[in-house]
Amino acid sequence: MLARLALEPGDEEFYAEQLSGILVHIDRLQQLDIDAIPPTAQVVEVANTLREDVPRPGLDQADALANAPAAVDGFFRVPSIQEET
Amino acid sequence: MIGMEVHVQPTTRSKMFCGCAVGQLGDPPNSNVCEICLGMPGVLPVINKAAVEACLKTALALSCEIPRHTKFDRKNYMYPDLPKGYQISQYDLPMSLNGFLELDGRRVRIRRVHLEEDTGKLIHAGDKLHKSWESFVDLNRAGVPLMEIVSEPDLGSADEARDYAVALRTMLRTIGASEAEMEKGQLRAEPNISLRRAGSKELGVKTELKNINSFRALHRAILYEVTRQTEVLESGGAVVQETRGWSEAEGRTFSQRSKEFAEDYRYFPEPDLPPLEIDAAWIEQLRSALPELPGARRGRLVSQHRLPAADAVLIAADRELADLFEAAVAAGAEPKPVANWIIGEVAPSGKIPTPEHLADLVKLVTGGSITRDQGREVLVESVETGRLPSDIVREHGFAQLSDESALQVEVEAVIAANPRAVEDYRAGKKQALGALMADLKKRAPQANPRIASELLLRLLG
Repeated sequence: MLARLALEPGDEEFYAEQLSGILVHIDRLQQLDIDAIPPTAQVVEVANTLREDVPRPGLDQADALANAPAAVDGFFRVPSIQEET
Repeated sequence: MIGMEVHVQPTTRSKMFCGCAVGQLGDPPNSNVCEICLGMPGVLPVINKAAVEACLKTALALSCEIPRHTKFDRKNYMYPDLPKGYQISQYDLPMSLNGFLELDGRRVRIRRVHLEEDTGKLIHAGDKLHKSWESFVDLNRAGVPLMEIVSEPDLGSADEARDYAVALRTMLRTIGASEAEMEKGQLRAEPNISLRRAGSKELGVKTELKNINSFRALHRAILYEVTRQTEVLESGGAVVQETRGWSEAEGRTFSQRSKEFAEDYRYFPEPDLPPLEIDAAWIEQLRSALPELPGARRGRLVSQHRLPAADAVLIAADRELADLFEAAVAAGAEPKPVANWIIGEVAPSGKIPTPEHLADLVKLVTGGSITRDQGREVLVESVETGRLPSDIVREHGFAQLSDESALQVEVEAVIAANPRAVEDYRAGKKQALGALMADLKKRAPQANPRIASELLLRLLG
């Protein structure tokens, strides 16, 4: 998604520096010795947050489509994704 | 060899991670959606307990191991059928592992059963897919719960693959985990097919088939694909690992896309969902609520009701038929004749009588009051009108003719009317008896065939 954002002319230098900074930081993280640390997917110690199976109203169709760049007959319209074969 | 990936929609009222209703086919597009399943920023998914329990029940019914700890992961891909840019699925810690489904007395190994969410539906504009220039997206199905049941490549033929899918469906319906209607997309079977040389254990490159909408299509698609791969290999080519679509209209498979390898999806743990801890008490509670499974019922039909194994297999495969069988037996009819009527008449017609009516009918036939042929007619009429077979028999005067003196009149008439056949029979052509019995049946349809043929033999000398 970020790849879709266009840069203003003149900003290239500024963002190039920031992105390089991020990559350098990741390089440093990768040098850490983490052999003794178990993989951690969650830092909040909760489990089994479940919802009862009860439907509730969502958005109506007009609201659902309100942000869409293109819509037709209740559908989102997108450029074709079927590749030529 | 064939391995099956089967996606099953568990029976729930709401979606996997949000409260949107699980709608029906034919709902207006994008009418069962909310901020969560539309992938809007800042929303949090919450796991549907009923979907988890349906998956656990399925895992138990398939004798899977259920690890204590399980979690969800993001499977990343850019495709407009999932607006988040990823599907929430399970990767390295699925809800269950290493089970089996019994098929004709042998075990088809189940690799895993996990939970995930369904995607939206795309409609491509244009006459041919590759000429289309835009797609229309309906996200009603995005976020609908799905269980994925993955088997090992243990199925050796199209027949076995179809039988496996049917048995799985029976199981899911029996335990109430899913309606599993293939036509409604609640059960989608995707066979993975690879060939191996006779005598070799090494499997060739596999292809995965999609877009299969019925058990018949599953069977046809596999037969087609096996032939296609054989031809590719025999002409010196190589099978490409890919996903292929089945076209029911054209009766062939076609290349859809090269199969992505797992790393393309950049799986990582879903940070928005806390993990699940499934303890023994929860599992026990679900296990104790499971109904009798088809395999166990099959065994009991043999041991308790003395049915031949072949009959038990057919009857236990369908919960409705098995219930009918046991209720009709409980209503006082003999087990084996009840089984014969269910397998021979009820199952093929799909018209289910009440157990009391079936028991009544079976008693009429086994007691000799009516013939089998009359019984068939009475059964049809009973199902159509909802009336008791005994009442129908009485009304039609259908009652079987078993009285010897009355029968003798009919038999003598047959002998008088067929001098040629009688002569043949007496000259040693025993098959002439068939013609005489046929004529008797025409003159006196209600004649008890056993007594009539005895009489006929006696009078012919």
